Amino acid sequence: MNDLLAHYSGEIQEILDKYPSDQKRSAIMPLLFLAQRKEGYIRDQALAEIGQILEVQKTEVASLVGFYTLFHDQEAGRYRIQVCTDLCCALRGAEEFLAALCQSLEIQPGGTTTDGLVSIEEVKCLAACDKAPMFQVQAELGISYHENYNLEKTLELIDNWRRKDSA
Amino acid sequence: MNEHVILRHRDIPDLKELKIYRDLGGFDSFQKAVESLQPSQVTEIVKSSGLRGRGGAGFPTGLKWSFVDQQNWPHYVVANADESEPGTFKDREIIEENPFQFLEGLAISCYAVGAEAGYIYMRGEFWQQAKTLDGKIKELEKAGLLGNNLFGTDYQLKIYTHLGAGAYICGEETALLESLEGKRGQPRLRPPFPPSYGLYGKPTVVNNVETLANLPRIIEHGPEWYRSLGTDESAGVKVFSLSGRINKPGNYEMPFGSTYRQLIYGHGGGILDDRPLKAILPAGASSAILKASDQVLDTPLEYASVRKLGSDLGSGSVIVIDDTVSLDWVIKKTVDFFKHESCGKCTPCREGTYWMSHLTRRIALDQKSSQDVDLLLDVANNMRGKCLCALGEFSVMGVLTSIERFPEDFGR
Repeated sequence: MNDLLAHYSGEIQEILDKYPSDQKRSAIMPLLFLAQRKEGYIRDQALAEIGQILEVQKTEVASLVGFYTLFHDQEAGRYRIQVCTDLCCALRGAEEFLAALCQSLEIQPGGTTTDGLVSIEEVKCLAACDKAPMFQVQAELGISYHENYNLEKTLELIDNWRRKDSA
Repeated sequence: MNEHVILRHRDIPDLKELKIYRDLGGFDSFQKAVESLQPSQVTEIVKSSGLRGRGGAGFPTGLKWSFVDQQNWPHYVVANADESEPGTFKDREIIEENPFQFLEGLAISCYAVGAEAGYIYMRGEFWQQAKTLDGKIKELEKAGLLGNNLFGTDYQLKIYTHLGAGAYICGEETALLESLEGKRGQPRLRPPFPPSYGLYGKPTVVNNVETLANLPRIIEHGPEWYRSLGTDESAGVKVFSLSGRINKPGNYEMPFGSTYRQLIYGHGGGILDDRPLKAILPAGASSAILKASDQVLDTPLEYASVRKLGSDLGSGSVIVIDDTVSLDWVIKKTVDFFKHESCGKCTPCREGTYWMSHLTRRIALDQKSSQDVDLLLDVANNMRGKCLCALGEFSVMGVLTSIERFPEDFGR
């Protein structure tokens, strides 16, 4: 039983149609995004399922999870707030923003709030150097950018998620 | 200010709507190419326009196309939308605000090299933009501007988006191709170069988003018009991404031959809090760092002039440093970036960036010792010229030039 195929057969076919039929391996990364969509991380079982669908070894699939930073093999908060602290953002207060945000949520970068709602991660350049402080949110619905942000607006955003989640 | 060539959405509202783009002659250039020009003629037009790659290397675009192996088929074009260099955010604006000009450019490029499939490799963070582009591509297919029997000829073209997943190295074109093939993004040994051995081992052209966005306008107005916009050495216009300690950060399109002064004090509105300008990183985190001076500020922005100053124009991502910032901290940030993004394939880069990151951290955050600075120089000099791709070379540029040009920031 291939859970991934069972859940997303239509989308998987659309993905496979993008590549030559003898180059199915190109679909590994799109399928990893699919496997990660619901839970925010990739279960070991999904690696084998992707391997089976694309006729590649499970280890080949796993080697990509470790290489690319947007793939996760560990569970974290439902919303991953990924703050850019690279040079340009740091020149405009991103490191102070990250520190204040972590302090408010009483976690360290890399940590998750006790209710499992939010993780804070420090990341490299997100191509939004003119709009710091900024972060992206990686969650079930995909990736969204939040630019020219401050602590107050960020805490408001988190509150909204919390209300939505408990509703 | 003349009308924008690339950031045209700033003059024309809703240019991202196909109807508006079409009403202004959008896709007429692609149609003209397919209907009335041979692929080799399109290549010749682009060659004589003087267009050079906007991703950083500045390689002549038409010349790159002419290297495509005509004995080995099929051919591919891949648009490089992996924009990840700290300081660079121009391609994102083009994709978001003027997507059809980019897509038309990609289509023209595909026709010129005989490719019937084009891929857009986008950094994974551009998830939303990829969804938007997928929608735009569907619109073009519906309008008969992509697909089979284009404009009544037997030329056919499909365009697909493909998302990366967070790896700067995939902006290096052979690492990008590996990634598109479903592998870790690690650069290939070159030669062979992609025009002879690219995607799936087939001849492939990899072009930057901004480069491609120039093409519809070049076909529309002709190569002489395009050359008339810039200088003899650097034709046309360039989008500069301006960031750092500046009042108005953002993208600004300027003809080549404009100056840093126009960019920083004109468009950018000067330095934050009116502080003195201390340093310029002309090409993002990978820059050789320039010490600010009137000579630097008044140098015409073209590939050769910036090189003469001791740096590179690169992708035009200008990071501004004022006198509140110490260069030892700047290179700690840039080295941290390259250490994180090193793919691990070649030893000088994998180990070198690791050691440089330890040393720059110690120098910037702890007590500076001249021994550490000497050791840092030693590591950097040992990496130079020995890395498999440009990433390793980039990582030492800021280190070597900042110690040389700002010795006081390193206690020397």
